Amino acid sequence: MIKLNIVTPEKKVFSGDVADVYLPTETGEIGVLETHTAMVTPLVPGELRYAMEGKVYPLAIGSGFAEVDQESITVLTDMAVTADEIDETKAEKQKNEALKALENLDHVEDAEEIAHLQATIGRSTAQLKIKRG
Amino acid sequence: MANLKDIRRRIKSVNNTAQITKAMQMVAAAKMKKAQDQALAGREYADKLNLVLTNLKSNMEGLAHPYLEVREEGKHLVLVISTDKGLCGGINTNLLKKVRLEVTDEADYSTVGKKLREQLIKADKTIVEDFTLEDPISFDEVKPIAKHLADQYLNGTYNKVSVSFTNFVSTLVQEPHVSQLLPVDPSKLAEKRDYEGVGKDAVNETDTAAALEKEYSFEPDAKSVLNALLPQYITFQVYQMVVEARASEHSARMVAMKAATDNADDLAKDLKLEYNKLRQAAITAELLEITTAMKALE
Repeated sequence: MIKLNIVTPEKKVFSGDVADVYLPTETGEIGVLETHTAMVTPLVPGELRYAMEGKVYPLAIGSGFAEVDQESITVLTDMAVTADEIDETKAEKQKNEALKALENLDHVEDAEEIAHLQATIGRSTAQLKIKRG
Repeated sequence: MANLKDIRRRIKSVNNTAQITKAMQMVAAAKMKKAQDQALAGREYADKLNLVLTNLKSNMEGLAHPYLEVREEGKHLVLVISTDKGLCGGINTNLLKKVRLEVTDEADYSTVGKKLREQLIKADKTIVEDFTLEDPISFDEVKPIAKHLADQYLNGTYNKVSVSFTNFVSTLVQEPHVSQLLPVDPSKLAEKRDYEGVGKDAVNETDTAAALEKEYSFEPDAKSVLNALLPQYITFQVYQMVVEARASEHSARMVAMKAATDNADDLAKDLKLEYNKLRQAAITAELLEITTAMKALE
């Protein structure tokens, strides 16, 4: 058992003992079990999974980072939503709007806007993936 | 009796005012509770972020990042967080005073909130942007603001970015603050600041010591962790400051409105006393007249 805390600036999303946790990182997915070595790693928007009492719970998370030590994992992220909370049509709409907006942009001039849109796409894609399994 | 009528009219108008200020006080109280809870909710995040940064700092020797770079050329950008609405005591005035005192160089201004934007325009300051935020504030709303500030810094337009906001200490006390956002000062990076949560908490020495003792491995390496962490740190700082400012606004408004209601109640009481005195005097005068008339007829 390892203690998992998921925190966003707005609220504490989850806190409890879990069997294992899978985190989306820049270099791919990593799994964390009990007595993992102390570690800090950045997270990218994607799917976080944890197993509790034999069931696997997926969550869509935004960018952030995870702090791991022997007994606990703390995930700090700007977004964390469970499958129940995801509004599929809203996520789909956000994604499509962002994709459409992205097409019309000049790649040199609007670098800032593009980065913002890509982050939106990453977040909504993560949500859709979880909702649709 | 014109005089009696006047007083009656005044009592009515004072009571009306009291009713309005009372309503505003209650609205502000409800909003204040929410804003304070929001500032508190950020605490946990702040603590963890601090812990990791404290640890990272000791590994940071020789790590370079554009956010840490101190440059000579460029101007100073100040983000001023004020309120959209008035009737909130002196928090905007105090903040403006603080800004005038602390920002002595030729600076450009960005604003959140109408009140000080108007003041800054009057004072002939250069306003480069104005942002509006909903109530309650969501983290997503703040992200573009923080990103924009950071970008302005990165592209060399500005060599220093500061934020001025009203720090929430308690419902009765709010302090104006001007603090430097960029470049990030590594010596202050992991320092616990009192605006990171509601109220002032003593720095927890044991926590900091424990954080330093932990030997983290940074995946994939310390540099990429720093690169990922610093922008998040900046965004979170801006978010926390805005939330603090909002909590201050609602607290100040509640207190101001409570004072106004109390004043109106006092005034109404005094007026009522005067009204009753006049009424008594009128009755006495009338009785006197009747009695005198009766006496004269006898």
